[in-house]
Amino acid sequence: MSEQVTLDQPEDTAPEPAKDGASGAGAGGGETLLEVSGLQKYFPIHGGFIVKRRVGDVRAVDGVDFSIAAGESLGMVGESGCGKSTTGRLVTRLLEPTGGKITYAGQDITHRSRKELAPIRSEIQMIFQDPYASLNPRQTVGSIVSAPMEINDINPSGGREKRVRELLEIVGLNPEHYNRFPHEFSGGQRQRIGVARALALDPKLIVADEPVSALDVSIQAQVVNLLQRVQKELGIAFLFIAHDLAIVRHFSQRIAVMYLGKIVEIGDRASIYERPRHPYTHALLSAAPEADPDDDGRERIRLAGDVPSPINPPSGCRFRTRCWKAQDKCATEEPPLVQIGGNVAGHLTACHFPEEPTITARKEDIVLDPALAAIEEAAEETP
Amino acid sequence: MTTLTKPEAEPRPQESEHFLSVRDLYVQFATEDGTVKAVDGLSFDLDRGKTLGIVGESGSGKSVTNLAILGLHNPRNTTIAGEIVLDGQELTGASTKTLEKLRGKKMAMVFQDSLTALSPYYTVGRQIAEPYMKHLGASKKEARDRAIEMLGKVGIPQPQTRVDDYPHQFSGGMRQRAMIAMALVCNPDLVIADEPTTALDVTVQAQILDLLKDLQQETGTAIILITHDLGVIANTADDVVVMYAGRAVERGTVRDILKTPEHPYAWGLLGSIPRLSASVDVPLAPIPGSPPSLLNPPSGCPFHPRCTFAGEVGGDRCATERPVLPEGRGSACHLTPEQKRDIFIQQVQPRLR
Amino acid sequence: MLRFLTRRVLGAVVIILAISFITYLLFFVLPTDPAQLACGKNCSNKVLVAQIHHRMGLDLPVYQQYWDYMRGIFVGRHMPDGQNCAAPCFGFSFANDQPIWPLISDRYPTTLSLAVGGSAAFLIIGVGLGMLSAWQQGKSFDRVASSISLIGNSVQIYFIGPLAIALFADNLGWFDHGHDPTWSSDPVGSLNGLVLPCLVMSVIFWSNYSRQTRSLMVEQLSEDHIRTARAKGMSSKYVFYRYALRGAAASIITIFGIDLGSVLGGAIITEATFGLHGLGTLAVNAVYQLDLPLEMAVMLISATAIVVFNIVVDACYALIDPRIRLA
Repeated sequence: MSEQVTLDQPEDTAPEPAKDGASGAGAGGGETLLEVSGLQKYFPIHGGFIVKRRVGDVRAVDGVDFSIAAGESLGMVGESGCGKSTTGRLVTRLLEPTGGKITYAGQDITHRSRKELAPIRSEIQMIFQDPYASLNPRQTVGSIVSAPMEINDINPSGGREKRVRELLEIVGLNPEHYNRFPHEFSGGQRQRIGVARALALDPKLIVADEPVSALDVSIQAQVVNLLQRVQKELGIAFLFIAHDLAIVRHFSQRIAVMYLGKIVEIGDRASIYERPRHPYTHALLSAAPEADPDDDGRERIRLAGDVPSPINPPSGCRFRTRCWKAQDKCATEEPPLVQIGGNVAGHLTACHFPEEPTITARKEDIVLDPALAAIEEAAEETP
Repeated sequence: MTTLTKPEAEPRPQESEHFLSVRDLYVQFATEDGTVKAVDGLSFDLDRGKTLGIVGESGSGKSVTNLAILGLHNPRNTTIAGEIVLDGQELTGASTKTLEKLRGKKMAMVFQDSLTALSPYYTVGRQIAEPYMKHLGASKKEARDRAIEMLGKVGIPQPQTRVDDYPHQFSGGMRQRAMIAMALVCNPDLVIADEPTTALDVTVQAQILDLLKDLQQETGTAIILITHDLGVIANTADDVVVMYAGRAVERGTVRDILKTPEHPYAWGLLGSIPRLSASVDVPLAPIPGSPPSLLNPPSGCPFHPRCTFAGEVGGDRCATERPVLPEGRGSACHLTPEQKRDIFIQQVQPRLR
Repeated sequence: MLRFLTRRVLGAVVIILAISFITYLLFFVLPTDPAQLACGKNCSNKVLVAQIHHRMGLDLPVYQQYWDYMRGIFVGRHMPDGQNCAAPCFGFSFANDQPIWPLISDRYPTTLSLAVGGSAAFLIIGVGLGMLSAWQQGKSFDRVASSISLIGNSVQIYFIGPLAIALFADNLGWFDHGHDPTWSSDPVGSLNGLVLPCLVMSVIFWSNYSRQTRSLMVEQLSEDHIRTARAKGMSSKYVFYRYALRGAAASIITIFGIDLGSVLGGAIITEATFGLHGLGTLAVNAVYQLDLPLEMAVMLISATAIVVFNIVVDACYALIDPRIRLA
């Protein structure tokens, strides 16, 4: 258990955590590291009779704007199919954007070739969800972690092996395990190897795509703490992608909420979680399971059905098909992502008919699910 | 409900008074590497109309327990010992025929991944209708009508046409609803839901959990809800059993477990999950190390290698002596009740705010 | 489903056309002058060769030749020398100047019967054994069956063929020796004459199918939806046949589709072993005699048969798996 020592008491050594808002406001805080505007990714669908042709697109990401300041963590939440993972892969340029612009440290990297990207690749790293699939089982931990240095021809003083041992120590693994293979480690330890690999080139930005969702609860916390320590001590900016609202809140100073390829609301942590305006943000927060039998004070919103297909998203506001406030305008006019009255600076919402900025329980629950509504109505009639 | 709320009550009522009673259950698998002690002396009770949450991480034995109740374990490599009494009927030694008559009729199961848990080759309607025909002798037509009725009840739009769809034509949330319809088609007295919402999106998860709860109130069925997520049980379960390495380490009402937990493992679980209302400046308090291998579980208390408080117990009792889980509310831990209370109030509770 | 089938049929037509064109090129355009071959091995009469050349239409452009050939198959043709060739016309044999089609129509029932009968035999025996093994998984029957499969996998038709004839036909007298079927005049005798060849042919296949079926069934039985069906109270037997077998069948059919070519090959070896007169012996003789039109015709017909049976296999697959049918 010695290897855990460095990790599980990080609070003793960690510097004062950044206060809410101080580092918030994204571009307003530190110097802007990453700027994304109008980003699109369409995956073509081929089909047709006899001859294959393009019959449509999966609009995975469809016009997304955000920025990340140096050292800041932007959390990205949303349900499956909202395009959060695709956004992460576009930012790291594992995917080629269909449209829009990605600017990293003042340079346009939207359509850069592999070769042109090389100097930047070392500064943007990625941590993946599945610690089992993202490590080559035939390579030792040493070669996995040193691979980025090798590829980018970087020779740290003291040699690569020394650097790898340092990295293993930073992520709380025993440096003696340099020559072991991934299968000799548990899931949580494998994710630490992934973190060590991401840190190997002193990145400025890490895109973490659901980094803990494949792990057991008790292990999740270890990795979250590790990432948090990395972010704060090394001043690395994060794009933290996850579906778990509580973990995103815990980790990120700013939050973007995505729905069907669009950001519907973005802003400082406190503002998004305590004063949400978009109905979808309200629904998400209301649905998040909280390990507290006493949280009856929260509003109860139960949507109907699942997220629609991104192949043929609804016109206008994409959330309107599941929204209780939707009106004709929502079908015809796409709401812009703007700061609406009553919101603090940097809190942008894309909604024609925003909700009140509170999450406390309403007089009447919003239950759109027909099955729930029917049963609950029947129960009320015959108490 | 169990007798949890009044622990020092008169002699424990007879087992037959509980709808489901599991006593000293042992489940072991023979593997090439040795014997896996998947469930190692587990006891719990469940009454009609109540929900029991079984919480644990992967490998804690929570799913195995429930496969054993239904008799769905692989008889070739599994040995089961102990008592499982459902409504007065002993299940551990019951014949396959008896179990087949109970499964789907008296006790039903909702599985986690509805894409793999439904057969891709048959329509949703047929899969729902099958147990209705088998257990109630209904005709094809009656069973189909019943399937449509059930689909409507769980909130599938246009059930008359969707009944003829195949699972792959349903969305994830709809498949899970169909699975619930399938489990409830014969009005079972016990539904075992094994991580029923883990594969679902947050908003859909909330719909499904509420649906289970609402249907329970309507039908009065008992539910065992297996989950790794303490948030899932908070609003659904009445009683909770926390499992670790094949053993129940703590038992109590949902309020007991979430508000005043006694076992260091439960403290660790609660400290590991961030909360929407908690201060963001306090780092999480994870449990060090990893869950043990069930091939060779630690001696004494299985949690002792990861336990921060093992030192507070005198000598090496934690490593040598297996702590007993008392009947009713309680935890399997060598710390004295005073120690548990003090540690919780001084060291654990402040972090949960 | 209709859409699916139409697409497959149209695709098959394209494939058959491509095969026919390539074979035509290989046989009639690339090698030395076919007229020389048609004339015979020791033919040195230049005038005669030129005559044959013209008579076969080899002085026409390649596309014209190919068009005439293909057209002849459907509507018949008049050869340049005035000879009439009724549809389906595959030209005339070099060896004896007879039209090709009667030669083939005389022979194909034997090969087709062998292929169908042999397939039926190995599917029934192989899949049946595999299912029993899966049902008895880990028990002694399973172990014995897998040993037998291993032996079956290593024998050859020409090795067990004569053994089987000696044992079952000569000594025990259970079956006829194996003779060409004449379905219209003597169906029972035809059947009797095919039993032994079909069984022998099936041996090299069923061992493979029993092993594949066993592992597919075992895999299916460990699927989640099997557990769900059991949790509904369905009996093991019901689950085995209705759920597991249905899943395994889809894969078995795919394997069968891939094996169609080998089945034809097996049928040809079996013909030779039992001295039957099918397309195999016809094709082998054609090769010996460098009888290009005959080779071409056999090749084209076999290829078409394989493509057509593949569509049937695909259709069966789609019937079994709604995910394909409704995609």
